Amino acid sequence: MTEFAIEAVGLRKSFKGHEALCGLHLTVPQGCIFGFLGRNGAGKTTTIRILMGLAKADQGSARIFGMAPGDGTSGAALLRRIGFVTEDKELYPYMTVAEIIRFSRPFFPKWRGDLERRYLNVFDLPPNKKISDLSKGMRSKLMLLLAISHGAELLVLDEPTDGLDPVALEEVLRELVALSASDGTTIFFSSHQLAEVEQIADQIAIIDQGRAIVGGALEDLKRRYQRICVVFADGVRGDIRWADGAEHIRREGRMVSILAGRNVEAIMAQARSLPGTIVERYPVTLKELFLDHMRAN
Amino acid sequence: MIFRVNSSSGTPIYLQLMEQVKHAVETGALRAGEQLPTLRKLAVELVINPNTVVRTYRELEHEGIIEIRHGSGAFVSQAATGQLKISRKAQSVMQSAVDRLAAAGLTEDEIRRLMENELAQLRAGEAAGRKE
Repeated sequence: MTEFAIEAVGLRKSFKGHEALCGLHLTVPQGCIFGFLGRNGAGKTTTIRILMGLAKADQGSARIFGMAPGDGTSGAALLRRIGFVTEDKELYPYMTVAEIIRFSRPFFPKWRGDLERRYLNVFDLPPNKKISDLSKGMRSKLMLLLAISHGAELLVLDEPTDGLDPVALEEVLRELVALSASDGTTIFFSSHQLAEVEQIADQIAIIDQGRAIVGGALEDLKRRYQRICVVFADGVRGDIRWADGAEHIRREGRMVSILAGRNVEAIMAQARSLPGTIVERYPVTLKELFLDHMRAN
Repeated sequence: MIFRVNSSSGTPIYLQLMEQVKHAVETGALRAGEQLPTLRKLAVELVINPNTVVRTYRELEHEGIIEIRHGSGAFVSQAATGQLKISRKAQSVMQSAVDRLAAAGLTEDEIRRLMENELAQLRAGEAAGRKE
């Protein structure tokens, strides 16, 4: 038994000479809600496709519940434990909502009729409407219903909230929290909406250009990262070599703003020792953390 | 009890929630023996991670504000009001001491070291007192 729902080590993947993933590491503890953050094209969907066994990594390994995703009987058994929502929300367009549910049910021995009825109701899905006539938000909700109802231990959701209006978004997030609280379901979801990730995730990873650049428990990251603002009464003179841990430094007029991931005390002491400085520190939000790392790359 | 959190503030959500529970106890909105919402209910209501609620309740239990009875939930402890008065007073003493030391130019580590030395002195004093 492994304590990780997902473990990826050194994933590499190229498409036509373009490196989509260049040594991506990822660990998702069981029972957590994991927010997988990154800009469009950062490599989120490629990672998810590898995790689901839909694509093969050029290098590195991926394990889900300790097993390799992909072909073979273990791969098939693994898929029954995972609820998957794809990025394109592609479903058979000629089926109605009720038909796709009836069609999906027999594949999953642990199908939860109670959840199916509950989410038809909560998500307000019209059973007799054809999938081709559903809005993108409705299709997202329908895919979530299918993913949740088959009794999965792990949900892998690629941009699950894409196309949802604010009311529907809150409903979906609420149901994900409920699922995590009552069944201990591990939820791994990708998003570029920082607010929703900050709201429900307890673990995050930020990926950029095919690499995880920040990762861990959200509360720890928030505690560890601090913004140090240094005001120079007589203006900033010359280039200052800041102590280790000063990750992103920006100069704005008489002020220098430093995002520090460690060694905060030493950096503050260094700032205070410079002539004519006033030094302050502030907590960092996820949005700042994200934007600072994006600017730096 | 109505709690609200701002997830995009830099203050961790569990600290925001702890403060709101304490405030509710101080104003009498929550009284000794009264039950707090279950973990699931609070997480779903606020749409926040369940582990955040666990953390909040654990810290509050540690401070003696609430009691967690396994299987039945979290309750405001009988001693909560007293504990709060002590912890608020302690908080203000600490705050002014730390502010003054920081204003004098001491770093966080230096303050922490001073504090530990004082505690060591206190322990030594107590041990000596017992010997006499």
